[in-house]
Amino acid sequence: MSTNKKSSRTITVAALARVEGEGGLTLQLRGGRVADVKLRIYEPPRFFEGFLRGRDFREVPDVTARICGICPVAYQMSSIHALEAACGVSVTPEIRALRRLLYCGEWIESHALHVFMLHAPDFLGYESAIHMAKDHVEVVTKALELKKIGNDLVTVVGGREIHPVNVKLGGFYRAPTRLELAPLVERLKRALALSLEAVRFTAGLEFPGFEPDYEFVALRHPDEYPFNEGRIVSSRGLDIPVAEFEEHFVEEHVAHANALHCVHKGHGAYHVGPLARYSLNFDRLPGIARDAAREAGLGTECRNPFKSIVVRAVELVFACHEALRIIGSYAPPEPASVAVPPRAGSGHGASEAPRGMLYHSYQIDADGLVRKARIVPPTAQNQRTIENDLRELVPTLLELPREELTLRCEQAIRNYDPCISCATHFLKLDVREG
Amino acid sequence: MKACRARRLVVGVGNADAGDDGAGRAVARRLAARAPAGVIVRECAGDAAALLDAWRGFDEVVVVDACRGAGPPGSVHQLRAEDLADFTGLGDTSTHSFGVETAVGLARALGTLPRNLVIHAIEGHDFEPGAPLSPAARRGVDAVVLSLSSPR
Repeated sequence: MSTNKKSSRTITVAALARVEGEGGLTLQLRGGRVADVKLRIYEPPRFFEGFLRGRDFREVPDVTARICGICPVAYQMSSIHALEAACGVSVTPEIRALRRLLYCGEWIESHALHVFMLHAPDFLGYESAIHMAKDHVEVVTKALELKKIGNDLVTVVGGREIHPVNVKLGGFYRAPTRLELAPLVERLKRALALSLEAVRFTAGLEFPGFEPDYEFVALRHPDEYPFNEGRIVSSRGLDIPVAEFEEHFVEEHVAHANALHCVHKGHGAYHVGPLARYSLNFDRLPGIARDAAREAGLGTECRNPFKSIVVRAVELVFACHEALRIIGSYAPPEPASVAVPPRAGSGHGASEAPRGMLYHSYQIDADGLVRKARIVPPTAQNQRTIENDLRELVPTLLELPREELTLRCEQAIRNYDPCISCATHFLKLDVREG
Repeated sequence: MKACRARRLVVGVGNADAGDDGAGRAVARRLAARAPAGVIVRECAGDAAALLDAWRGFDEVVVVDACRGAGPPGSVHQLRAEDLADFTGLGDTSTHSFGVETAVGLARALGTLPRNLVIHAIEGHDFEPGAPLSPAARRGVDAVVLSLSSPR
């Protein structure tokens, strides 16, 4: 809906009911400036935290895996690390490696989906991946092939491609044999080649000059590009163990969203996800990924959120390379899991979901019943930063026709691959002017 | 993958652990035990990439999925790929998954759409995680199983 008065207008991207999330955007423009930005997201995890209370701690990984269809491994990993920490249990190096391998599969399928099917159409001027596919048959065919290899890796290690069922506290119900992993080697080599192509493809896109001064927050591990473990570090000097997350980060209620906005106490909005991981961990990437990044024109830090599509492609290279490395030296963990006897206490875990750091904490009693659960998903952490990006970006776009302005806003939201990615691709626009 | 010309594929799509969303897979499981000769039966969560892979090489494909909002619970809608010709948006079955419509749209754009693709959509009404199939959806499943078991 629109009127003709130009001095003041409201752009509303209406909410869509979705299985896993609802999102919408309202931009209030007044006299050539952005008077207000509201990104509205319904976050399912709030509900999950409530009904985890009173459940057996062994159910938590499978229950939380249902929060998201594309990053169930992240939910499983953050929850098991938190609960194993609560019980004072460490797993064997073999189990740890298998967990990283599973995470590689999730990153490959999630990043391949986002880079090519959700984000690339924005850059190339297509309404959707289907429109894009008509003109870019080879690119989309290869993207689907890459995503399928990620799905297959998750299936072999996790038991099935969506909501894997093989993860348990202490390890896995069953470890895949070397023979079962062997057929993945040639396919992952192919995936690595496709990922290197993806870096070149994304590097050739056009990017607006936009580099906000973010505070990046990500895990950092002494030796590895982060998946499951590390300290929480920031580009402004924060360096804390995961267990101290809640001392430094706080979730705030906002009137326009069911989701809580997570902020760094005393600092405000911060940025999690590929840009943060990359910028804080460039030196932990394998040489092949660092070289690909350099060839793509990236430095050791990247603050342009539109270039997150290139960074995701670099992370695809990393995930394929890492999966091949793990399979190359794979020894099935025996046993496939270690015992995790319950004890009363609290534990904290954070892992790097494809779209950013995912924090879990649990308090359990001596019988292993969950007394308290807290889940801080990456989208809640990025929500305020997304709004800030729009506040800064929109004034530079006001000359654009309404439709193009809206598409640019959606593209800016999709820079974060939020759990409303599909919804934002599908939103209908109401414009109110005057 | 080996070419499967002149064979018929039935794919049951959905989440077997989410109430009526499991209707398509229930059809596949029932049919697997009684499929006529030459009919291959598969199950799929509904991801477009997996669907495109599942039907590669088949000329004749039947997709069975759950739907809602198009009729009374238990009713069955039969669509042909052509009926989705105008659809170019993204499927809304899940936040991050591309659904059946997207698979059809992508296959058409990529030139890999099976020559003959029919979708049986079973109207459900209870999609709660962990819920069993509702009696209405079960009736829809019965009807589709009967229809697909009959000699053609």
